[in-house]
Amino acid sequence: MSLSLRSAVRLNLILLLIPVFLWLLLLIILPHIDMLLVSTQVKVRPRVYEFSFANYGEFFSEPLYWRTFARTAIMSIAATLLTLVIAFPVAYYIAKMLRGRMKSFLFLLCLVPFWVSELVRTFGWMILLRESGVFSNLFQWIGFADGPVEMLYNDATIMVGLIYTSMLFMVVPLVTILDSLDDSLVEAGYDLGGNAFTVLRTIIIPHAMPGIVSGCIVVFMLTLGNYLTPVLLGGKDSLWFTAQIYTQFITRFNWELGAAFGFLLLFLSSMIVWMGLKLSRQTLTETMG
Amino acid sequence: MTEQGPGGGHAPSYDLECRNLVCRFGDFVAVNDVSFGVPEGDFFSILGPSGCGKTTILRMMAGFLQPTSGDFLIKGKSVIDMPPNRRPINMVFQHLALFPMMTVAENIAYGLLRQGINRIDARKKVEDALERIGLPGSGEKKIKQLSGGQQQRVAIARCLVLEPAALLLDEPLGALDLKLREHMKVELKKMQDQFGTTFVYITHDQSEALVMSDHVAVMNQGRFEQIGTPQDLYYQPATAFVAGFVGDTNRWQGRVESVDRDTVKVITQDGVQLLATAAGGEALSQGSQVEIFVRPEAVVITLESERITSQDNRITGELISVLFNGANSRALIRDRHTGGELDVALPQTGEFSHLQRGQEVHLGWSLAHAKAFIQKESGG
Repeated sequence: MSLSLRSAVRLNLILLLIPVFLWLLLLIILPHIDMLLVSTQVKVRPRVYEFSFANYGEFFSEPLYWRTFARTAIMSIAATLLTLVIAFPVAYYIAKMLRGRMKSFLFLLCLVPFWVSELVRTFGWMILLRESGVFSNLFQWIGFADGPVEMLYNDATIMVGLIYTSMLFMVVPLVTILDSLDDSLVEAGYDLGGNAFTVLRTIIIPHAMPGIVSGCIVVFMLTLGNYLTPVLLGGKDSLWFTAQIYTQFITRFNWELGAAFGFLLLFLSSMIVWMGLKLSRQTLTETMG
Repeated sequence: MTEQGPGGGHAPSYDLECRNLVCRFGDFVAVNDVSFGVPEGDFFSILGPSGCGKTTILRMMAGFLQPTSGDFLIKGKSVIDMPPNRRPINMVFQHLALFPMMTVAENIAYGLLRQGINRIDARKKVEDALERIGLPGSGEKKIKQLSGGQQQRVAIARCLVLEPAALLLDEPLGALDLKLREHMKVELKKMQDQFGTTFVYITHDQSEALVMSDHVAVMNQGRFEQIGTPQDLYYQPATAFVAGFVGDTNRWQGRVESVDRDTVKVITQDGVQLLATAAGGEALSQGSQVEIFVRPEAVVITLESERITSQDNRITGELISVLFNGANSRALIRDRHTGGELDVALPQTGEFSHLQRGQEVHLGWSLAHAKAFIQKESGG
């Protein structure tokens, strides 16, 4: 009886896990194995390939490639930190200052932009910032500028777009973690003589650390892997690493180099996340748990 | 120390003084014109049912709430405009609010470091404090590794190392289990003696207030009903609410039949005639609706009716049950005529240890122990 019950439980578990396993296997593991195999091939003649790590070597020997990667990584880190700095007060306000309906309303407001696709949202920015756009006309009308102002195609605009896209992914974990902070801890912090800064530094941030780190990881990975926003808002000069991968695959038909870049992106971004975890003395299990 | 009436003199010896504190939330008056003073080194309790406004008073004293009107003074100086982190008083929170991200030592050092004391001196003071609360060497422990009682002591030590003018305690024993609570009552009192700090203690548990306090304020619906020593509250309650809330009591409701100076003759709703003493300072007249309160230990219980002939009030009843609790044993007795139930303390001599259910007993009490208060419409 108990044996059959146990095997029934096990069968249920297996049935439940099958979709997850299939998803992992078909959409993540298999393509990556294929990518790995492709990335280690070098074309010697048409339709003739040889095993080699030359594709990986090219990444390091050609400055454009690794500089593009470094630029992408640094801008992603900057975007992540800026998102954190902007999202933290927002999240604190929603989680700690508001009560009841206003709280859920503001939380929902953060979500609203995500009801339209990223493409449409990015076009929204382009309508505002392009030479013939809303701001350009506004500045001319007020008299700030004599002629049309182009605000697209620079790093600052890419940054704005990236932060805007990432906001929600930072606000949600921060609101959740700050919600779990007992108000009396903050009050005790003040009561024992702390000022706003010390309370923030010694009580609120240490409590929120898992949320901060998990938000940062998500935002960093999304930003680093973002293609649409940097390309649309930054134009040809955006020099984003994903655009480089796209170029290899689609424009140059060089799947081997593209696959190698894809792997390098995965490996290097994982390294950066790992370093971030080490620096903040957090573990992956407690941030994601 | 004498009793301080509301709005009493402004003697400079008061450590803490509240003057006409009012706190409104919209239409709701949480605290309604409360004044009191706490002398230095006093253990002052505010006792009241939940929702009576006692926590609101404490939060105003700590500085987390701005009163609608009124003033709060620490050692004669108004601190009403001072933010909580600059007030020289500290608070022990209901759930202690120890910082879980810090060790025990860091928790105690938190306030010291905020005062600008250097780390070496702070460490010395922390070790000293840990010694005094009986937890030497526990500095590196995490808060979760401590038991409930130990956490309690750390929470108090964390405040007392700052040498505050007073310590505010917001029902800190509420979260503990019964046995630990009994133990901590004694311990808190000891700690207060040891540190000599003024304590303002908030509770809804009358036994906590009576056992530990030098002075108790009984609070109801935003007002102080009475301020006095535990003995005053118990033996000379000023209002019907105090008489009913502090300690156990038997109560009757009735109408005044006749008044002879302080003595009133009352016919209860069940038609029993009782003699009582007018209390509460309000004039009773014929026809007033009153409530009569009699303590269980004021009632003499006997098996022979001749032994209570000298008592002003006499009732014959039958025993429903004996609630044996060692020295605090009680008997539940049903009045023969009216069916009303009475709670009576049993003498500790063991004389009544063989009482049988349904047995006839005679009860008597003097009119001095029966206090009659005007019955308020709200029944508050």
